[in-house]
Amino acid sequence: MTPTIEAQGLTKRFGKAVALDGLDLVADAGQVVAVLGPNGAGKTTFVRAVATLLALDGGALLVAGQDVRKRPAAVRRAIGLAGQFAAIEPAMTGRENLEMVASLFGQNRRTAKATAAAVLEQLGLVDAGDRLARTYSGGMRRRLDLGASLVGSPRLLLLDEPTTGLDPRSRIELWDAIRRLVNSGTDVLLTTQYLDEADHLASQIVIVDHGRAVATGSPTELKRQIGGEVAEVHVRNSRDLGTVAEMLGRIDAGVAEIDEATRRVSVRVDSRGDGLMTALRSVHTAGIEIDEIAVRQPNLDEVFLTLTERQPDTDRAARTARAAA
Amino acid sequence: MTTIASTLGSPATATSHHAGLAKSTLTVTRRALLRYVRTPQLIVLATVQMSLFFLIYRYMFGGAIHIAGLPYVDYLVPGFIATGVLFSGIGSSAAMAEDLEQGLIDRLRSLPIPRASVLAARALADTALVAWSTAFTAAIAFAVGFTLHGSALDGLAAFGLVIVFGFAFEWLFIAMGLFAGNAQAAQGMGMIVFPLAFVSSAYVPISSMPTWLQVFAKHQPLTYMVDTVRALTLGPHAHALLGHPSSYFLTRALIWTATIIAVSLPVAIARYQRG
Repeated sequence: MTPTIEAQGLTKRFGKAVALDGLDLVADAGQVVAVLGPNGAGKTTFVRAVATLLALDGGALLVAGQDVRKRPAAVRRAIGLAGQFAAIEPAMTGRENLEMVASLFGQNRRTAKATAAAVLEQLGLVDAGDRLARTYSGGMRRRLDLGASLVGSPRLLLLDEPTTGLDPRSRIELWDAIRRLVNSGTDVLLTTQYLDEADHLASQIVIVDHGRAVATGSPTELKRQIGGEVAEVHVRNSRDLGTVAEMLGRIDAGVAEIDEATRRVSVRVDSRGDGLMTALRSVHTAGIEIDEIAVRQPNLDEVFLTLTERQPDTDRAARTARAAA
Repeated sequence: MTTIASTLGSPATATSHHAGLAKSTLTVTRRALLRYVRTPQLIVLATVQMSLFFLIYRYMFGGAIHIAGLPYVDYLVPGFIATGVLFSGIGSSAAMAEDLEQGLIDRLRSLPIPRASVLAARALADTALVAWSTAFTAAIAFAVGFTLHGSALDGLAAFGLVIVFGFAFEWLFIAMGLFAGNAQAAQGMGMIVFPLAFVSSAYVPISSMPTWLQVFAKHQPLTYMVDTVRALTLGPHAHALLGHPSSYFLTRALIWTATIIAVSLPVAIARYQRG
């Protein structure tokens, strides 16, 4: 079966800013692919290119086997898009919104009504279906938006940061809705800034930074690459930061990072934590006062640092320096 | 999802995958109109504001402006009504920019429908709004002493022409809204309305302006449009006041109308396509 998306060397500039810088990506059919990356990584630009909403400067992009440049109409028939904003008409009811999209797909009145009813049912919006969408909560708007993208029964669903800005409960509800779709056989490409979101939903993750794909793999594969956990030690007196950093730095030959502003030292450790125990013992012996110790999963920043093999983030160092000054 | 799949898999939809130009235009027009109807404060405010301005011109400035052989109200109403299409245009420009900003346009552009339909829908819906406000102002005008000196049929023709002029200007404002990208910028760009509205024959005779302004005022589209409407509502007074028969203004107004559409429409569509 042809891959749902085949992107090769995509480039796109906006004035001087480079949004896509040779992005390669292949999304196989029957999968949920998550494009993971920080703000400004090029995620939205990529989705907009797949959705035929912008003209690429270079590269080749096939969606459902069709060239986005040569056959945009065929691509549009194959996709459903739910963007970063809930693209619904607030002055219409949920049902009317869905019926509008259905009739734009050429459905007659009766079929459009049936489709709208089915989508409302599917997304748990039956009770709110006849209320104006402007009375909906943020989560309901996103679900309606997702519903609108399903009306054309797309082969590929494009979700651009579907849960950004939602409260945890709405987020989980939306995840459930997406998972049900996936089970029913819709291919999904979603972008997200959240590692856990990609982890929950996707079978393939593509990490994007500065307009390029920097890593690709299943969640398990990527975690294996990232490995370990992060230990954070929060000291009482900032004069101890240097000593603690030096002691923690001995663990697994890691580099300890100092954040002056929050009096925190953080370091990568392996899951068994032997080295950490030893290091903490020497901190204790040195009589250094400690407010808090935490061991946590690496956050997205750290994942990026690892995968892009960059030196500790210069932005953050600059911020820390400013805060300390 | 099984329900959706079975609904969508039915023969009725299997044959048609998208709506044609007419159907998609009407569907999107309905949406824009519903938004106006269901957000009545938008229309009410705009209507009240326009009526207030009309009454100010009629009763405040009207006393100071003398038109030979004609009550000022009969001079003012055609000017005020024809100029009104420009002021409604600012609203459509902002509405277009807002749709763009809120992502609705992205959704519509990702659908397999003719792309011109979304813009055509905006033009139609806002022309309907122009028709409404023109009718409303005309009603107030009659209530404060405006009279048709020509036939009722001429009056209706004048009404129809105002709508046609409005439709043409809609395309200019749609293009502006697309370039502005957000509603505030679109409102700001709407400022171009002021020289067009005031440096025209709409409120005062052009002969009262400095000579250098007269050049612009005489030939700009709005003056021809205003004077076309005047020629139709002033009946026998028209020729004496305007110096030309109505056909003179009508042809020029229609040439301008065609020019505005011929320039703005392709620009708007090109901008919309580019995304």
